[in-house]
Amino acid sequence: MTLSKVPSAAREAAAKLDAPRRDALAELLLTMADDEFVGGFMDSEWTGIAPILEEDVAMSSIAQDELGHAKALYELLAEVLDDGRDADAIAYDREPEAYRHARLLDLPRGDWADTIARRFLYELADEARLASIGTGYGPLADLVAKLRREERYHRMHVVAWVERLANGGRIARGRLEAALAVAAAVAPTVFTRLDGEPELLRAGILSRPLAAADAAWRVDLTRILVPLELALPPTIEHGPEGRAGHSDAFRWLWREFTSVRRSEVGAAW
Amino acid sequence: MVTAREVATEPNRQAVLEALAAVADPEIPAVSIVDLGMVEDVRVDDDAIRIELLPTFVGCPALDAIQLAVEEKLAAFDRPVEVEFGFRVPWTTDRITPKGRERLRASGFAPPDEATCPFCGSADVVLDNLFGPTQCRSLRYCRACRQPFESFKTV
Repeated sequence: MTLSKVPSAAREAAAKLDAPRRDALAELLLTMADDEFVGGFMDSEWTGIAPILEEDVAMSSIAQDELGHAKALYELLAEVLDDGRDADAIAYDREPEAYRHARLLDLPRGDWADTIARRFLYELADEARLASIGTGYGPLADLVAKLRREERYHRMHVVAWVERLANGGRIARGRLEAALAVAAAVAPTVFTRLDGEPELLRAGILSRPLAAADAAWRVDLTRILVPLELALPPTIEHGPEGRAGHSDAFRWLWREFTSVRRSEVGAAW
Repeated sequence: MVTAREVATEPNRQAVLEALAAVADPEIPAVSIVDLGMVEDVRVDDDAIRIELLPTFVGCPALDAIQLAVEEKLAAFDRPVEVEFGFRVPWTTDRITPKGRERLRASGFAPPDEATCPFCGSADVVLDNLFGPTQCRSLRYCRACRQPFESFKTV
């Protein structure tokens, strides 16, 4: 089914954008949508095999939320680009190299500790990014207000798991520490500077630079990780490679999530 | 209840609202989209009936089914129907009507912000899982009557 869920107000707002603003907004929407889409699909790899039944339900529900968020962002993007592609075409009909998700979301699903580490660092980073969306583009500001109400549950879930594993004995803690060390090294890539960032700031679409969101994220992380005596992520030099040069794990996932679309062109389900 | 067919050709806002009150939520059929507070705006224009609905959750997979059900229910008015979903106003759980809360309870769901068992009324309940079988539900367990039950997430 491909009924459009984009309100007419969003279409009108998109039509009013000039070229530099449209390009900058498209870049922001694509990075946000790809993060939610790729991360959500990787989470869905737990469906049926999570460590306990409750987590099977939780990860499936979280994955459904994230894919829904990605869909809503891709729909806004389709209106902004107005190049004939709908949300599905943008989501599925690109080569792996054209995806702009952050390196953090390139990590393989791994074991439960790996997933919790990735989800924890991403959820808090996403929250800091959502808190950086200004009122400059109404349709995005409206959507973000709604997204933040839902993401609250993801945060409660993953923070509880970080605490549980950190206090869960030598093996659980050791695996969490190892997983956090790997994920933290690439986690700041969520805040990779965008080409259009100056324009987004001028337009009030971003209310603060992504570097400021990165700083807010670190304050948030400190409050949770320091009491648990866990290490904070390193600071990194941001470069364009933060959202490019994807991993084999992502190429594998890409083959999975495009398989239906590639096997039956134009299929609706 | 007045159905669309009985009021036939001259739709008015009240008749449309009454018809919408018969559109069940596909995931919790005991409540309607009106009970849930999803109907933000109803406009009866000369050229079309325009309905603005608020998704309960951004990724709700039931939206297509709801849209089709609304179009079907309003078809009797014999005027084009335009259904629009939007986030201009965020749907929150306090939009659920008192009748909607009562219907949730009667079908075994605890309404949002109500930590009591819908079966026996006990407050001796525990949260089993923040997440449940659909995006809008959590899982709880009543220690008094030993029944698991679902509760509506607060958003």
